[in-house]
Amino acid sequence: MSAHDELQHAHDDHDHDDLGIHATFKGYMTGFVLAVILTIIPFWLVMGHVIKDSSTAAVIILGLAAVQIVVHMIYFLHMNSKSEGGWNMLALVFTIVLVVITLSGSIWIMYHLNHNMMPLMDTSNLP
Amino acid sequence: MPDLTKLLFGRLTLESLPFHEPILVGTFAVVALGGIALLGVITYYRLWGYLWREWFTSIDHKKIGIMYMILGFVMLLRGFSDAIMMRAQQAIAFGDNMGYLPPEHYDQIFTAHGVIMIFFVAMPMVTGLMNFVMPLQIGARDVAFPFLNNFSFWMTVAGALLVMASLFIGEFARTGWLAYPPLSDIVSSPDAGVDYYIWALQIAGVGTLLSGINLLVTIVKMRAPGMTIMKMPVFTWTALCTNVLIVAAFPVLTAVLAMLALDRYVGTNFFTTASGGNAMMYINFIWIWGHPEVYILVLPAFGIYSEVTATFCRKPLFGYASMVYATVVITVLSYLVWLHHFFTMGSGASVNSFFGITTMIISIPTGAKIFNWLFTMYRGRVEFEIPMMWTVAFMVTFVIGGMTGVLLAVPPADFSLHNSLFLVAHFHNVIIGGVLFGLFAGINYWFPKAFGFRLDRFWGKCSFWLWVIGFYFAFMPLYVMGLMGVTRRLNHFDDPSLRIWTLLAAFGAFLILLGIACTIMQFYVSFRRRVELRDVTGDPWHGRTLEWSTSSPPPPYNFAFTPRIHDHDAWWMMKKYRYERPLDGFLPIHMPHNTGTGFVLGALSFVFGFAMIWYMWLLAALSFLAILVVGITHTFNYEREYYLSADEVRRVEQSRTELLASHV
Amino acid sequence: MSDMSSTMTPDGGPGEKLLFHEARDVHTANGTLLGFWVYLMSDCLIFACLFAAYGVLGREYAGGPTGAEVLELPTVALNTTLLLLSSITYGFAVLEMQRDRKNPMLAWLVVTGLLGAGFLTVELREFAHLIAEGNGPQRSAFLTSFFSLVGTHGLHVTCGILWLIVLMVQVMRKGLIHANKRRLLCLSMFWHFLDVVWVGVFSFVYLMGVLP
Repeated sequence: MSAHDELQHAHDDHDHDDLGIHATFKGYMTGFVLAVILTIIPFWLVMGHVIKDSSTAAVIILGLAAVQIVVHMIYFLHMNSKSEGGWNMLALVFTIVLVVITLSGSIWIMYHLNHNMMPLMDTSNLP
Repeated sequence: MPDLTKLLFGRLTLESLPFHEPILVGTFAVVALGGIALLGVITYYRLWGYLWREWFTSIDHKKIGIMYMILGFVMLLRGFSDAIMMRAQQAIAFGDNMGYLPPEHYDQIFTAHGVIMIFFVAMPMVTGLMNFVMPLQIGARDVAFPFLNNFSFWMTVAGALLVMASLFIGEFARTGWLAYPPLSDIVSSPDAGVDYYIWALQIAGVGTLLSGINLLVTIVKMRAPGMTIMKMPVFTWTALCTNVLIVAAFPVLTAVLAMLALDRYVGTNFFTTASGGNAMMYINFIWIWGHPEVYILVLPAFGIYSEVTATFCRKPLFGYASMVYATVVITVLSYLVWLHHFFTMGSGASVNSFFGITTMIISIPTGAKIFNWLFTMYRGRVEFEIPMMWTVAFMVTFVIGGMTGVLLAVPPADFSLHNSLFLVAHFHNVIIGGVLFGLFAGINYWFPKAFGFRLDRFWGKCSFWLWVIGFYFAFMPLYVMGLMGVTRRLNHFDDPSLRIWTLLAAFGAFLILLGIACTIMQFYVSFRRRVELRDVTGDPWHGRTLEWSTSSPPPPYNFAFTPRIHDHDAWWMMKKYRYERPLDGFLPIHMPHNTGTGFVLGALSFVFGFAMIWYMWLLAALSFLAILVVGITHTFNYEREYYLSADEVRRVEQSRTELLASHV
Repeated sequence: MSDMSSTMTPDGGPGEKLLFHEARDVHTANGTLLGFWVYLMSDCLIFACLFAAYGVLGREYAGGPTGAEVLELPTVALNTTLLLLSSITYGFAVLEMQRDRKNPMLAWLVVTGLLGAGFLTVELREFAHLIAEGNGPQRSAFLTSFFSLVGTHGLHVTCGILWLIVLMVQVMRKGLIHANKRRLLCLSMFWHFLDVVWVGVFSFVYLMGVLP
């Protein structure tokens, strides 16, 4: 029984090193401040009608969102190239590639389709 | 009173039972009698306790793998009976003869055939083989999350049972295996068929996704010391890529089926044209899942062929690195080709050319693999054991299927071949010739590892020849008919000159039927001759990879000591260096406890799915609540593992030592 | 290579004797955190589909209201604040967990849960308001894709809160044992992941939705 306990203990000891992350107050606060700034700017842009041209505004909003997502990934989700032997990062990069393919591919295909199949109709005026 | 009935039974009424269909009543009688006989036998031999303790609640990856294989094989029988019914209908329904299947029944059959063959035959078998073989190949004692593994299996079973239930309660979808709207929306298909489809796939999909995560983490985290990523066996590599694809593709299926379900249940407008929705978006999404799915099925088969070819040619696999890179390239590219399934939908030339070109590119790594196998055979001492025969048949057959695939990848050609029998012949050619032949190779190859005795060669050969010849008879005529412009899913023909081709195809299906009978015979005869066919060494084929280093069947802990790996073909190298099994110094082994939670959750999910299909809202709410409670309760159990004592390990290893000594 | 000895020695050095098994107990690393990360990645693809659906259908009003007419930015700003605050309070809980201080950690978890519940309340009120005005998900493809995307995110937050409660009970009963710490880190990933998705939602759906 004591041998068993020892093993159990050794096992627990071993487990302790695999939680991996070491979060710090500074890290969380940096992330939080950056996130707040990156949230306020786009809201201000839209609610204050700062930019008149919609597509320019859209591009800026998407750009800020992308930066904010990176901030969250680094400071809140503790992403780096070393965690889990790099597999976390690999999974993330692969997923981002697929998300981009899915989003842009679907929108591209469906836009083309609408363009080709409904050339005479202006969809915005339909009931 | 009607309100209470409606609350309890939803839209399920006595009329939902198909008493008016003599074929179904007959089938039900046969299934019911067979089921009662099976239950009777189990009860008579008092096997319930054994089954529950040793199998249903088992979290041993080997047993779960075997259960997946059994599920796949049983569903193969169901899916094949659908196939032969369709072949019979098409062989006789010419001119004035309308055949024996009314259209609404015929439509259910081709839908069920596709759904069952992909989701409940190919997927369980592929998952089963990965489950059984991969942990042994990487020198692991189990998968990363043993309980999840059991849970995944029972979720798959729940999905399969829902499809089977649709045979006798209500009806199955009549929409084709991907249930495109608007045909599958609530207006065109108001009955329960499409709901069976949605819930069966959603529930089985949970299992598939979790098992994908599980096996992926197992490969990443649990490889034996020294097995770097470029020293993994090729089957493990293909399993890795397949599970990456599962994890990355199945969420898309979940999402798109959820959208269809919302359209049907809540009245949203994803795919309805009137309120701004777009049915084409369904086709777009489902193929974002659907194309990777093809590779999810075929990559593990490629892994099996690689192992089999290297073993039976007595040579290391030619071009290991190129094989790995080809697999990875296919994994990524498989996400860039989905539009080739709907070239004719109306996207413009630029979209179609882009996806046509990516489709042609993806055939290059596949071609490279074929050459690698050929070069492995070149100047090897090829032994035509049954697995190798399947592999050679695959190489010939798959090349034909691949070339017709490249043909279909050309958008202008696709415009005339889309939805024709040519397409049907093409995908059966690659799925039967690629996936199914691989599964048969794998079953014959790893059967001795799983059960401790080899499969009978004579019946194996009969099965092989009947299947292969039957395949060519069944599908080559479809290429011809497709080129002549015959579309798929027809239950009646006007032109009598086509009949010769459907008769030939029916003959082929009949040969395949005999092939399946021979496979069953092979299992039966092998079981009877199990003492003669016994595999004492654990290494019946002079294998190269780690699974052959342990006994057949392997002990619950797989390896008494964790192996250390120095190069590819770990076991081959161990044999070369005359490795000797350690006979003492055993340590206690950490093992997970069995648990019935997976079974209970699967059963509750079945009830939940069934209740949702029939609008039994009370039952649905209760079963959903029960799922939550059981699941959460399970997380309060922290004592999931125990130690198998060193004495027990010594006893098991000692018996193997004696067995080996008695057969030298 | 051929002159290598095949004899097993427990401490055989590299290049001389090859060792083919480990005589000691080899612990495989726990895969839960990686597995959960992979699960989150797959969840990410579900959201990708919903975003894509919104991208395709987001301007299909079918005669119904447009985004500019029904989306209220002040509400969203409030919700974003709540969710962002809940992210940082969860971070504080993780910091307390690292210092093995159970009660302060539980307190931060309660704050996180309350902020999450506040977020849900605001979102449900927004939904109820829309539906009461006849602008439910059945009204148009735009509203369908809006409700399904935002609603799926809300459903995830609900699951997160439920999980949070269960986990707090488990920590209270078992203490900050290793298994519980691992679960807390999994939930941490889940919670921050939902915040990431919300960044996409408020940018792509709300802010871009009200642009003329």
